[in-house]
Amino acid sequence: MRQGAVLQSDKQEQEAWLGRLMLAPAVIYIAALVGFPFLLAIYYSLSDATVGSQTLHFVGLRNFQRILENSTFWTSLRNALVFTFVSQLLVVILGKILAMALYKDFRGKWLVRFLILLPWVAPISLGSIGWLWIFDPIYSIINWTGRAIGLFGPTTWPIWLGQPNLAMASVIMVDVWRLLPLATVIILAGLCSIPQDIHDAAEVDGASFWRHLTYINIPLLMPIMLVALLFGVVFTFTDMIVIFVLTRGGPYDTTQVIASLAYFTGIQGGDLAEGAAISLFLFPLLVAAAVFLLTLAKRTEVT
Amino acid sequence: MQRLKNIGARIGHFGIIAAFTAFTAFPFYWMLITTFKQTNDLINTKNNPFLFNSPPTLEHLQVLFVDTQYGLWIFNTLVVGVAVVIITLLLAVPAGYSLARLSGRWGQQLAIGIFLTYLVPPTILFIPFSRIVADLGLQDSLWSLVLVYPSFTVPFCTWLMMGFFKTVPKDIEEAAMIDGLSRFGAFLKVVVPISSAGILTVIIFTLTLVMQEFVYALTFITSSSQLTVSIGVPTFLVRGDVYFWGSLMGACLIVSIPIAILYNFFVDRFVAGFTVGAVK
Amino acid sequence: MATVEARSITKSFDGINAVDGINLLVKEGEFLVLLGPSGSGKSTLLRMIAGLEIPTAGDILIGDKIVTLLPPKARNIAMVFQSYALYPHLSVFKNIAFPLENMGLAKEATRKKVEQAALMFGIQRLLQRKPRQLSGGERQRVALARAVVREPVAFLLDEPLSNLDAQLRTSARDELQQFQRRLATTTVYVTHDQIEAMGLGDRIAVLNHGKLHQLGMPLEVYDDPADTFVATFIGSPPMNLIEQDRTIIGFRPEHFLPREVYGASSGATVFPFRVTRVEHLGSDRLVYGVLESPLPSAKVISRLPSTVALPIEKGRRYEFVVRAHDLKHFDPKSSLKISGGQNKL
Repeated sequence: MRQGAVLQSDKQEQEAWLGRLMLAPAVIYIAALVGFPFLLAIYYSLSDATVGSQTLHFVGLRNFQRILENSTFWTSLRNALVFTFVSQLLVVILGKILAMALYKDFRGKWLVRFLILLPWVAPISLGSIGWLWIFDPIYSIINWTGRAIGLFGPTTWPIWLGQPNLAMASVIMVDVWRLLPLATVIILAGLCSIPQDIHDAAEVDGASFWRHLTYINIPLLMPIMLVALLFGVVFTFTDMIVIFVLTRGGPYDTTQVIASLAYFTGIQGGDLAEGAAISLFLFPLLVAAAVFLLTLAKRTEVT
Repeated sequence: MQRLKNIGARIGHFGIIAAFTAFTAFPFYWMLITTFKQTNDLINTKNNPFLFNSPPTLEHLQVLFVDTQYGLWIFNTLVVGVAVVIITLLLAVPAGYSLARLSGRWGQQLAIGIFLTYLVPPTILFIPFSRIVADLGLQDSLWSLVLVYPSFTVPFCTWLMMGFFKTVPKDIEEAAMIDGLSRFGAFLKVVVPISSAGILTVIIFTLTLVMQEFVYALTFITSSSQLTVSIGVPTFLVRGDVYFWGSLMGACLIVSIPIAILYNFFVDRFVAGFTVGAVK
Repeated sequence: MATVEARSITKSFDGINAVDGINLLVKEGEFLVLLGPSGSGKSTLLRMIAGLEIPTAGDILIGDKIVTLLPPKARNIAMVFQSYALYPHLSVFKNIAFPLENMGLAKEATRKKVEQAALMFGIQRLLQRKPRQLSGGERQRVALARAVVREPVAFLLDEPLSNLDAQLRTSARDELQQFQRRLATTTVYVTHDQIEAMGLGDRIAVLNHGKLHQLGMPLEVYDDPADTFVATFIGSPPMNLIEQDRTIIGFRPEHFLPREVYGASSGATVFPFRVTRVEHLGSDRLVYGVLESPLPSAKVISRLPSTVALPIEKGRRYEFVVRAHDLKHFDPKSSLKISGGQNKL
């Protein structure tokens, strides 16, 4: 009896060792290339590191203090929250609508799916430049069309990326454009995973479109929509490319977000320490968002 | 009445699809037109911008391929892409299997830990990396990208592969073990070949991420011969205030279309793997 | 060919014993069926024999050798899974050749053996196909061919017929038994289907909640169940059980017949019986009803073969009888059979 028990643990050990061995390279790589730089970022944020400096001095929380006293940081934080919240709200709502439209079979679906996926696969920097051209102050196709169809009067000529509120709306629109495909395909996958029986049962039970949507579709899709939302939040909140290409944070920092501010301060400004400190503010906010969304996803999980 | 309702629903459905497709695809249509328009046509505000007012031209593509190193940048992107794909597969495929099959509760915790690396995005890491890369003497070298990119492809692809491996029936591995293979042998000879679609998905996904990446390339690389597409194009086709619109748009189209076609084949599997781990 | 033995084998998952101290010896060349409801531990026991699970306690022996801790590949056994577990990326030929290639057999010899095995199951035509192009019955044959090809010392089969439709199952059962008889390889067969068990097994081991309830030849298990679990699990409809005078009395529905059927023969017990429902099944009639005083009012079933033409009507009272030697007695506390079979009625 005892011998068997001891030997069993040996055998399980063996499988566990194989498991660890297969996992180790990935974990070591991630620890070395995510964990270590992350610690280094924390270390820099507590120092006076600059691009050229050879030696570092520990300065405690001075960088953080300086950042908190800097009104640009607070503007960037507010912008980042607005940018993320508004764009993700739009992405989830539009993604849900689009996924439901794509759920049905129709002719040319392959082509439609291809066209809808395009923004997701184009390099973000180049896609954003495409929008830069669309938003061009002189040659904007939006303005030309608006005037041609009489939507804009002869004196209306919006400078999309140059007027504070319009600039924020524009970068939000580009972010929605870029992340909508991902959210749509994730929600579509969730939609397809609901057994047809349930839809049929609701149909037989005489559910109207709205009851079907609110009692069947949305509750069953909630977990997967929250996962889509989490990815969208992470991508948007930490993204600087759209802003870097379209507005460089302008006009007057009205589209400056934490990520772009960290780049301009740390790399272009050469102040590694302060840049690192700024970017670190992302971390607790992301963790809070992830914990919140994943808890919500678990709670709304039905099966 | 019912028929009218059906027709109404179909028109509504068509309208929704058309509106969304216009939103996502319009910029690409616009890029296409811009790529082949003569510059004086582009900048004449009196012309109807939707039409070719002068005959189409290849001059922008010529600028792209002759005056810039666009071809080399694509090549560089592919070199980095292939190297990163190899590293990613070597690390993520065994790790995904281990998490899916060989590790019990601590494996689940670790899987969540790997997932959480998303919360430490490049935006936090690029500043320390700029120093690490400099200290390693990899500045201005494609190898810096080869080293750093797996830090975001490996977690993602480990997660993806874990999802794929969870869908492989256990029976098949057990049959292979009874038929004379060890656990690892069953993994190599049976599980990996069965999961080839998943592995292809990982490859395409990794290539896309590499092509998309901007922040690290912007931080590490400066000389033209070492640039990747996503950074070379905006750096060299934007001179101060002067934008080479036609060439910029062409550059974007040329790299996006093939990847989008590939993606369309794999998007279902990709999403399946993406969500299995997260929700279940 | 070899014996397969489990020695006081226990397997617990999270503190619950899926298999709880089972002793079992499968003789050389025997076809042994592990029969039990789901969760009885029959599959776990089979998987421990295969080496896919390691017992918490006890030992597995194959051919007198302790193999408890050996990996599956070192046991030289073959297994057929419920899902057949064919390798979807390999052709039928490659599937069957797979175990041979793992043994390092030469190409030509492999080809010969695969063709032999294919011939045996009549699947020569299918060798170049992929598993997904096969029907359920064809897949099952491929799985069997893959099991046979390496000439293992024992076959382990885990509900191999449950994915086939009912018609195919009967003929597959027949083929399965024929080929086992021909090869005379020790076989352990897991099923929850008592008809399969009765039809296929040289002996049946009845399991429930991880314990072995009875081990015996099919008729033994049917006619002389060791306890009330076996009595009710085997037989359809199950054995009638009524409790009286601190004994449980059991009798099979087909032995519970109208007095007229047995004629005037003595030594039979009379049961006053009110019929509540009659089901005509073609070959049989099932008569449902309630026993009346002086007996406890228990629900019982009778199965009348169609050769008994006696009219039975719902709502009426009849006198049914069971012959003395068809009455089984069980202890209500232990639920075990009371040997000797004293008749208290």
